[in-house]
Amino acid sequence: MSATPPSDSQWPLWEVFLQPPKGAAHEHAGSVHAPSAEHALQNARDVYARRGEAVSIWVVPSVAITASTPDDMGPFFDPGNDKAYRHPQFYKVPQGVRVF
Amino acid sequence: MADQSTAAAKAPEDAARNAEFEARIARGESIEPKDWMPERYRRQLTRMMSQHAHSEVVGMLPEGNWITRAPNLRRKVALLAKVQDEAGHGLYIYCGTETLGVDRQELIQQLLDGTAKYSSIFNYPTLSWADIGCIGWFVDGAAIVNQTMLAKASYGPYARAMVRICKEENFHKRQGYEIMATLSAGTPAQRAMAQDAVNRWWWPSLMMFGPHDADSPNSDELLRWGVKKKSNDELRQRFVNLTVGQAKAINLTLPDPELALDEATGDWKFGKIDWDEFWRVVKGDGPCNRERLEARRTAHAEGEWVRAAATAHAEKQQRSSTQAA
Repeated sequence: MSATPPSDSQWPLWEVFLQPPKGAAHEHAGSVHAPSAEHALQNARDVYARRGEAVSIWVVPSVAITASTPDDMGPFFDPGNDKAYRHPQFYKVPQGVRVF
Repeated sequence: MADQSTAAAKAPEDAARNAEFEARIARGESIEPKDWMPERYRRQLTRMMSQHAHSEVVGMLPEGNWITRAPNLRRKVALLAKVQDEAGHGLYIYCGTETLGVDRQELIQQLLDGTAKYSSIFNYPTLSWADIGCIGWFVDGAAIVNQTMLAKASYGPYARAMVRICKEENFHKRQGYEIMATLSAGTPAQRAMAQDAVNRWWWPSLMMFGPHDADSPNSDELLRWGVKKKSNDELRQRFVNLTVGQAKAINLTLPDPELALDEATGDWKFGKIDWDEFWRVVKGDGPCNRERLEARRTAHAEGEWVRAAATAHAEKQQRSSTQAA
């Protein structure tokens, strides 16, 4: 997104997140190309929300997203993988008692 | 993006990665853009997905030329919405293809240059209003059969685009089938128009599923990699089985005297497909190949001022916001 490209070339890429109705979280839907954030929102609406799929749309420049990589997936998520005591099933309950 | 040429040089490591990749496919895992994948998997997917995206884009052309001639407002708004959906479908799949590390601009250029392939069905002309009905019924019907399978493809972004598309295609098929049912129940001239469209579109629709399994060079690999879950012939058979009853229900005849139910399998056996015609059209000698590309190039050129204006507007906004700050 540094030098100005000629108009007939690729505009920057934006990732699109839609919030479906009823208070759900925004979810990634896909991407659009657009020359500005405003235009990206309009494109996202036309491409991903033609049938009332969304009550809210986020667009984020794709280059602004930092993501974990598959290569360090093991070590990166490791701290959460071996702690069974973080799950309710780890704990014993006397027979016949309803906990929930 | 990892440097693939460096990776290719490390042969033993590559073999191990290949094995792990195939194991992941076997476990039914979804392959995501940043995951390691064999270069050939990437290439095959890029080819398949870009052809699919181009087909959505070119698919707008045979229908677009009937928008102004739709018989009433109800039909016109439906057709407009359908054609707009096709543009959207093209964009979903281009965006999916870009996750493989290719630029959409590059793919679009290949389409405009005439070096990219797209579904041959769109190289047939739409001569009457009934053709619009028939395209929705047959062509979108066949696409649903194919895309329902692809919604389970091993490559995540492709599968997710297909899920989105399948939801929308059902409207396409039903609006087409409704047009055909209405014409078939209409005046003798309307009925004849509907039957004529069926006669012309049936065989090309069967060809949409591609060559027989034995003659399909890419099939084995795509099946092994879980990009496709069913073979061309299996999908074609499913489409025929679904369509026979639909034709009967609206009193139209599929133009195949050999069509017969095989009691043992429940499949409708059908006649021989003219593969010479299929290859002629694939290789560029269909009735409308040149016309379609010409229309696409004109549309692209005529849209240039819109792209230029959008770019200029964005730059102006950027300048005024930097000045304000």
